[in-house]
Amino acid sequence: MPNMSLTKVPMPQQEPDVRNKNFEEVATGYTAEMAIEEATRCLNCKHKPCVTGCPVNVPIPDFIEHVAAGEFEKAYEVITSENALPAICGRVCPQENQCEGKCVRGIKGEAVSIGRLERFVADYHMANGLKKNPDIEKNGIKVAVVGSGPAGITCAGELAKKGYDVTIFEALHKAGGVLSYGIPEFRLPKSLVAKELENVTDLGVDLETNVVVGRSITVDDLFEKGYQAVFLGTGAGLPNFLRIPGENLLGVYSANEFLTRVNLMKGYKKGEVPTPVKVGKKVAVVGAGNVAMDAARTAKRLGAEEVYIIY
Amino acid sequence: MYKIVKKEVLNQAVILMDVEAPYVSARCEAGQFVIVRLGEDGERIPLTIADFDREKNTVTIVFQTVGYSTKQMGKLEVGDGFDDFVGPLGKPAPFEKWDRVVGIAGGVGAAPLYPQLKKLSEQGVRCDVIIGGRSAEFVILAEKFKEFCENVYIMTDDGSLGEKGFGVDKLKELVANGEKYDHAIAIGPLIMMKFVVLATKEMNLPTAVSLNPIMIDGTGMCGGCRVTVGGETKFACVDGPDFDGFLVDFDECMKRQTFFKEEEHECMMKMGE
Ligand SMILES: Cc1cc2nc3c(=O)[nH]c(=O)nc-3n(C[C@H](O)[C@H](O)[C@H](O)COP(=O)(O)OP(=O)(O)OC[C@H]3O[C@@H](n4cnc5c(N)ncnc54)[C@H](O)[C@@H]3O)c2cc1C
Ligand SMILES: Cc1cc2nc3c(=O)[nH]c(=O)nc-3n(C[C@H](O)[C@H](O)[C@H](O)COP(=O)(O)OP(=O)(O)OC[C@H]3O[C@@H](n4cnc5c(N)ncnc54)[C@H](O)[C@@H]3O)c2cc1C
Ligand code: SF4
Ligand code: FES
Repeated sequence: MPNMSLTKVPMPQQEPDVRNKNFEEVATGYTAEMAIEEATRCLNCKHKPCVTGCPVNVPIPDFIEHVAAGEFEKAYEVITSENALPAICGRVCPQENQCEGKCVRGIKGEAVSIGRLERFVADYHMANGLKKNPDIEKNGIKVAVVGSGPAGITCAGELAKKGYDVTIFEALHKAGGVLSYGIPEFRLPKSLVAKELENVTDLGVDLETNVVVGRSITVDDLFEKGYQAVFLGTGAGLPNFLRIPGENLLGVYSANEFLTRVNLMKGYKKGEVPTPVKVGKKVAVVGAGNVAMDAARTAKRLGAEEVYIIY
Repeated sequence: MYKIVKKEVLNQAVILMDVEAPYVSARCEAGQFVIVRLGEDGERIPLTIADFDREKNTVTIVFQTVGYSTKQMGKLEVGDGFDDFVGPLGKPAPFEKWDRVVGIAGGVGAAPLYPQLKKLSEQGVRCDVIIGGRSAEFVILAEKFKEFCENVYIMTDDGSLGEKGFGVDKLKELVANGEKYDHAIAIGPLIMMKFVVLATKEMNLPTAVSLNPIMIDGTGMCGGCRVTVGGETKFACVDGPDFDGFLVDFDECMKRQTFFKEEEHECMMKMGE
């Protein structure tokens, strides 16, 4: 008999007045008991509407069934059959518009908390699971992946599993793309990003940082060096300014600059790292998406007294 | 690690290093730059490529120890290395078919100017250079310029080497005396480039300048390096760093350069320099 509670098992989190002063993760994650309880809300629908909402087709009810049975490692295997980055997706995917947006439980009450369950399973595996390196039969074909954001990492991982010899080329000194330079520590701890990345390099994927494809080496050079395919996962990291007077004044940042200083360059450890970050007393953030929220929350944590979202 | 294979102290504040960086040395051109990082929490420090050797896979950097990170870098010795060394970044300097070019360098600006004039002279362009420095000690690379420049003029603020005065004074004098140039390249502190451009505008002598705004990624991703050129916002790391001096808003550049003054100072104090 499924658990007919109309609401999700609440996510434990730091109190607002505590978390607005630190960079620790806001949501601390389900315990095994909470995960099992939430998992029993799933109706295991025949038509799996949730799966149609998932861009990578994770067999959602199947993994949730394993969670309900306490078989967390099996749940992990099911998720990772389709998704290479569950700890990341469980945290930052917009589930409300995707899987959970389609969940039948959401018609009356709240959807099953698929994201939290995915996160729980991934975290459980990281803490307790054994590393298994699958037997890969190499096919000897070299592929270059440009950019180490979620797109590049996923592509590299999938190709490596199929036997390709994959090298990722990353322009920055650190892999991860937006996961490393954009999304703040309190929403996505960087140690986690590093671990998910390790899962990919463990498959034999090579990672070369400090290579700007197009400048350090060209795509033609790559083909000449024997790469038979090149995947461009360079993201869309160009900030667009508003083209209004005064936007080059001191104290005006693009979100990318502000967040890169704080995340990639670790400006959140004020006084411990050389990269400077300046945050005013009163901050206006123009925009209202993920990026704007990250910038606003970061400004608050770095000591801004008043932060306004302007939209 | 990117190994340092040569270190030379040019004066009390300026150090030259040759660093092994095969990706950079293979493809770099005059006018481009690299970003280097010392270690785990290090800053990303942009430095112009002062020279390169495609056979030895090395790139020469010449830097002034002005703050925390550059002072730390100055402590490295041959055999040590940088954790990160990425490039070539930015566009190669835009050269045209000139007959005669004059370079004007201020202080450590002689280093980024060097590969540009060298390349031009290899292409058959006649080059003169005016090197300015606070005093004798701050005049760098003069001997190296002599290898291909027709005239090397040295100017110091205190007259301790060459003539007393600013580089721009020398340029005015040369032009007044009938020297003809069809292009100028000025590289040095913003204030110096601003005054050179004020003068060359009057002489109607097109002038390229190299801008060094505060950068982070150097790949066009953050917009921190934006400058106004001809009324438009440009990102110096991908659209430059060389621009038409007549179009640059130098006052804005100078303001933006000071944004982190306080924090930089605090960093020096806290991090023990
Ligand atoms: C602050 C912020 C918060 C966000 N929050 C969310 C969220 O909560 N949920 C969500 O779903 N999405 C979110 N997004 C969007 C999401 O992060 C992006 O859609 C996603 O990162 C795109 O992945 P990608 O791999 O295509 O590119 P990116 O993550 O941008 O990675 C591209 C990588 O390629 C590298 N690169 C670029 N050019 C070159 C080159 N020439 N040579 C070598 N390397 C190169 C870059 O340095 C970078 O590391 C957010 C974005 C930002 C900026
Ligand atoms: C494209 C480019 C090429 C450059 N080439 C050279 C070169 O060939 N030789 C050389 O000596 N210097 C060069 N610079 C300047 C050099 O990067 C700075 O002197 C250095 O970053 C200072 O770091 P710091 O921590 O030692 O000093 P800090 O105390 O942090 O800063 C001192 C001053 O340096 C500038 N600065 C600080 N951080 C940066 C940064 N991330 N990017 C740019 N400027 C910064 C600011 O004006 C600041 O006030 C170049 C800069 C750019 C953008
Ligand atoms: S739609 Fe909701 S209830 Fe149905 S299978 Fe998917 S998660 Fe379970
Ligand atoms: S340094 Fe970030 S865009 Fe130029």
